[in-house]
Amino acid sequence: MSNRVINILVPVISVIIGLIVGAIVMAVSGYNAVDGYIALWNGIFGDSYTIGETIRQITPYILAGLAVAFAFRTGLFNIGVEGQLIMGWAAAAYVGYAVEGLPKFIHLPLALIAAALAGAFWAFIAGVLKARFNVHEVIATIMLNYIALHVSNALIKVWADGGDKTQRILETASLRSPFLESITQYSRLHWGIIVALLMVVVMWFILDKTTRGYELKAVGFNHHAAEYSGMSVRRNIILAMTISGMFAGLGGAMEALGTFEYVGIKGGFTGIGFDGIAVALLGANTPLGVIFGATLFGSLQNGALNMPNEAGIPTEIVSIIIALIIFFVASGYVIRVLLEKFNSKKEGK
Amino acid sequence: MEYVIEMLGIRKEFGGFVANNNITLQLKKGEIHALLGENGAGKSTLMNVLFGLYQPEAGEIKVRGKSVKITDPNVANDLGIGMVHQHFMLVENFTVTENIILGAEPTKGGIVNIKKAANEIQALSEKYGLDVDANAKIQDISVGMQQRVEILKTLYRGAEILIFDEPTASLTPQEITELIQIMKRLIQEGKSIIIITHKLKEIMDVSDRVTIIRKGEGIGTVVTAETNTDQLAEMMVGRQVTFKTEKGPANPTEEVLNVQDLVVLDYRGVERIKKLNLTVRKGEIVGIAGIDGNGQTELIEAITGLRKIKSGKVLMNGQDVTNKKPRQITETGLGHIPSDRHKHGLVLDFTIGHNIALQTYYQEPFSKMSIMNYKEVSKKAKQIIEEFDVRSGHGEASLARSLSGGNQQKAIIGREIDRNPDLLIAALPTRGLDVGAIEFIHKRLIEQRDKGKAVLLISFELDEVMNVSDRIAVIHDGEILDIVEPKETNEQELGLLMAGEKRKSAGAVKGDE
Repeated sequence: MSNRVINILVPVISVIIGLIVGAIVMAVSGYNAVDGYIALWNGIFGDSYTIGETIRQITPYILAGLAVAFAFRTGLFNIGVEGQLIMGWAAAAYVGYAVEGLPKFIHLPLALIAAALAGAFWAFIAGVLKARFNVHEVIATIMLNYIALHVSNALIKVWADGGDKTQRILETASLRSPFLESITQYSRLHWGIIVALLMVVVMWFILDKTTRGYELKAVGFNHHAAEYSGMSVRRNIILAMTISGMFAGLGGAMEALGTFEYVGIKGGFTGIGFDGIAVALLGANTPLGVIFGATLFGSLQNGALNMPNEAGIPTEIVSIIIALIIFFVASGYVIRVLLEKFNSKKEGK
Repeated sequence: MEYVIEMLGIRKEFGGFVANNNITLQLKKGEIHALLGENGAGKSTLMNVLFGLYQPEAGEIKVRGKSVKITDPNVANDLGIGMVHQHFMLVENFTVTENIILGAEPTKGGIVNIKKAANEIQALSEKYGLDVDANAKIQDISVGMQQRVEILKTLYRGAEILIFDEPTASLTPQEITELIQIMKRLIQEGKSIIIITHKLKEIMDVSDRVTIIRKGEGIGTVVTAETNTDQLAEMMVGRQVTFKTEKGPANPTEEVLNVQDLVVLDYRGVERIKKLNLTVRKGEIVGIAGIDGNGQTELIEAITGLRKIKSGKVLMNGQDVTNKKPRQITETGLGHIPSDRHKHGLVLDFTIGHNIALQTYYQEPFSKMSIMNYKEVSKKAKQIIEEFDVRSGHGEASLARSLSGGNQQKAIIGREIDRNPDLLIAALPTRGLDVGAIEFIHKRLIEQRDKGKAVLLISFELDEVMNVSDRIAVIHDGEILDIVEPKETNEQELGLLMAGEKRKSAGAVKGDE
């Protein structure tokens, strides 16, 4: 087996093992595993509607994953993607309904930029705290998550005059597309996926093509050597956090301008930001890998919705199965080691 | 004479890269056997095979005549093989005893019997003349004693065969002498020793036989008494090596570096540089001689902008660069080979190519309008790799982490010299390198000087300072105690100066020039 074959085999085998263990869980709980997986499959790829919904679900995961991956690549652990995403969501929704009289080609980009800036600003705070006062970014961003949640809720209350959600955004700020809806049996698929894929390219470009990307990576890997070579460690830390937060803010815009077209008061976190950590790690913190991780996450999340309906499996069991599959994919390293051991034994004979 | 260890025709590959090919090493009982080879020749790989960390692709290992398979270090331990690592594996805030029993604690009903262990260790220490205090904490004892703790650790575990990996790399000359005596004592007590090194002088002093490997190939084994350093060097490098670096007289011209009344504090706020004055002129190499910890690090960091200057002035090419940012100082014509290559010199997770660009990445042709041109970077990297003989698995695309220390160092030196700086600060540029590489680096430093550039060399090796420098500034306790010419001094005098004893002759005034 060459390295290439192993690289392909690892995720495949991981998913299969995850499915098998999931099947055992279903069987033990007295449900038909085959029916369960058919329902899962149908929930992901069943018809054009579910495919549309799956892609819609993947979109914010890509952006949250990019945010986490970008920070990781520059030596930072941005656990605050959740809060940055919430701020982006609120900012996009506000600009989306409150700014009137603009043509779409100005209004929509404006709303997206507002979201990106809001997310970037929220991450910038953590970046400054780390660079100036040596506050660890994990602590700062966790706390900023709570602040974001409640600041956003308070703002919504003001914007909605005491209601629990803002008014709908104007058509000129919406990512929704009658065309995409018509080809997917009126799913909520919107143009956001294009924005997300564009950002994948942006992350790759910044890190691998620009001079700034070289600096960001150098500071992330070894800030002593970066300092020796004359880079400003502080400035690069702040910038890395800010760019990471920008991706997260755009993730919020996907919900504000595409899926929901408003922002509502939240009882708790959306979870997208935290799942972004797993997405980034599944994708080995590379831009392309993030697409893979987000696809896995988004598909499973969306497909799972169909399992209670079609196969009668309770949502609790469904959550366990989804978690198991992701768990085994994430433990791909173990499978890789086993494969390589098996491989070297075979070659030894 | 029986062999305690025989490694016959060992071959070890790493994904197509042959690290060891057909190497044979036979260790007699009661001998000190040196394993000699350049950086990256495959010495460590071979010893890791013996220690069970790697499995060989071909060849046989026999211990006391019996063929064995050493699948992991525990097997090696059981066979009585012990390793004294180059980088000590000690817990700083544990005592000597606690460190030695770690992983093999003698327990009675779940309780560790430290007292008994300490007594045993103290007895063992006395038997071999190791002079170790079993109850001292590691953080309080010298590097030399830490190494003796490592030796004790292997003895405590019943090692009969000791492998020393570059044991003298971090020792002072006195400590090296002591170590050699300890090794001889061990042999008298019936142990057998393999010493990995590239220092020829030590081999001549201590070993009975030498096995030489070059670029992964076994070259042969010779009896030390029947050979000499020239022959060993030639076998190791594959060509003749000169030890005395040839150089003509210096032609110093105008001043490049001028340090005036410099005061620098360390991180605890203690004054480490105390009103230090120093000048370096174009066309000369100034060597800074001194014992480690007398302010060398602080001096370099202050000049290069990595550390705040409390008072005093640093002038580069007449420009005041006091407390300027590192890049501003670099751009006045400074090159810096840092003493800690892993901390400052390299981004270990970057490729060698990307590391070559570390000082110039933002300039054309590597960066144009904020976009990197990695093609130009790899072109430059290939040139430097070629010119400085940097050996690695995948050329400029290898991760810096994967290179041996010597090759990492050559890459850094290549990067700094290639920029052709007016002043090159070389801090411990040859630490851990073999004679071939040392010779090469010394030549390049002298070449810089002959091109009319200035070099400031910081070294703990007296040989190096004496050989390469045109002027020697002796640093002691944050001050330049004296400035001497290599021709007018000797190792004894320098040694005394380094220890802080001022010369009584009229020359003492020279220190204040």
